Amino acid sequence: MVEPVKSIVTPIRLEYDYTPGRATSRFLRGIAQHRILGQECPSCLKVYVPARGSCPRCAVPTEREVDVQDSGTVVTFSIVRVPSENIHFELPYACASILLDGAGIPFFHVLQGLAPEEVRMGMRVKARWVPTEKLGPTIASIECFVPSGEPDAALETYGEHT
Amino acid sequence: MRDVAVLSFAQSTAARETERNEVEILMPVVREVIAASGLERSRIEFTCSGSSDFLQGQPFAFVMALDAVGAWPPIRESHVEQDGAWALYEAWVKIQTGEVDSALVYGFGKSAAGNLGDILAMTLDPYCVTPLWPHADSIAALQARAWIESGKGSERSLAEIAARNRAAARSNPHAIVSGTETVDELLSRPYVASPLRAHDCPANGDGASAIVLAAGDLARSVSKRPAWIRGIDHRVDPAALGVRDLTRCRSAELAAQKAGVARDKIDIAEIYAPYSHEEAILREALGVPDTASVNPSGGALCAHVMMSCGLQRIGEVARRILSGEADRGVAHAAHGPALQQNLVCVLEGD
Repeated sequence: MVEPVKSIVTPIRLEYDYTPGRATSRFLRGIAQHRILGQECPSCLKVYVPARGSCPRCAVPTEREVDVQDSGTVVTFSIVRVPSENIHFELPYACASILLDGAGIPFFHVLQGLAPEEVRMGMRVKARWVPTEKLGPTIASIECFVPSGEPDAALETYGEHT
Repeated sequence: MRDVAVLSFAQSTAARETERNEVEILMPVVREVIAASGLERSRIEFTCSGSSDFLQGQPFAFVMALDAVGAWPPIRESHVEQDGAWALYEAWVKIQTGEVDSALVYGFGKSAAGNLGDILAMTLDPYCVTPLWPHADSIAALQARAWIESGKGSERSLAEIAARNRAAARSNPHAIVSGTETVDELLSRPYVASPLRAHDCPANGDGASAIVLAAGDLARSVSKRPAWIRGIDHRVDPAALGVRDLTRCRSAELAAQKAGVARDKIDIAEIYAPYSHEEAILREALGVPDTASVNPSGGALCAHVMMSCGLQRIGEVARRILSGEADRGVAHAAHGPALQQNLVCVLEGD
């Protein structure tokens, strides 16, 4: 009696050199200098952060660079209770979609410095950067966002992004 | 059948795109093809693309490419994990249904991000062949060896094909390699995977191409001489290399027959042959007459942008018809190991 083959192991590994593109590269270089750079659509004037080089609505290249503030408003959020190997935050923590002041689309980051049940839409937050000597071309140069203590923003200021 | 024509073609190729991402490569190509079509962007009713997320190593990367198209207000859109030539086929079918009268088709690939020769091993039998990780050049070499042993050609015939393509590529600004070497010079070079030498293998690169299609009256209203698609068909051979005769290409023969290649004269043939021997096999399968100009662009040997190269073959034939340089031509696209899948498109001017 021949033992049937029930499973085989076929290792697969592919390696890639990722190119973020010109626009996102400029954004990442800005982050290394403590700046958040967006790009403005010449047609609809929306400011994209991080910029990917085009306005997906108007299909035109975005070239004009705009500094965006490192403060903003929580548009929506989710509480993470499931561990993951590349996450070093203590559970549970909040992931938030944040509309930075001066930006036309929300930006995704982690929210710290408050109990998960205190997180709410409209909450005002600001970036906590890593120490200057540790700044690099990575989104991890912003450690997290924390409450700024300002009064909550009115729904009209962020409602279109919810 | 509705008459469908190519209105315009645009392309971008480079040996390696080190700075631009896929959207940044694609955007100028899409703008150029729409501007040249004579149609307003808002008149284009369907968009279909061809690409492979395996090239980028990012899931759903093709969705991000829509940034280059302008998907607002919401557009009718589709994607194939195939060369853009198959996206063109889907768009042609969509126009045949009568649902739309026009379409934008594009294909793009940036294989420099990974190792294309290894990535293509993923298209093989996942149990018994992929785990061996045969390089694409090695699979092609098996076919080239079988072709030579069948007595249909020799290493010299391979070098002759390469020399002709490299010479033709000198006048193509989108070619990645070109050359003026003699056949003997090429034959003195080392093997990459015997019997194939470097010039018998594709000059892989990064880029994109796009075509605008329109149905009968719409095409006539914006173009004096549209490039009409008179026949288009695609067929598939078994994937397993051991169950088919590698020295001929039955799926290409069938597709050529269904597309009606032999119905009239052929001025020009653009054949997707990234390896020298494939041009000879396909020339026979498609029934390309000796009088036809074959791969005047230098073909896939001189510029091979994975997922765009087949659409570029259609574009290269179409642009010569649009300009009046040729009256009738055949374009071919291939996919899969050793010419497994083949698409044939016959184009004609009025």
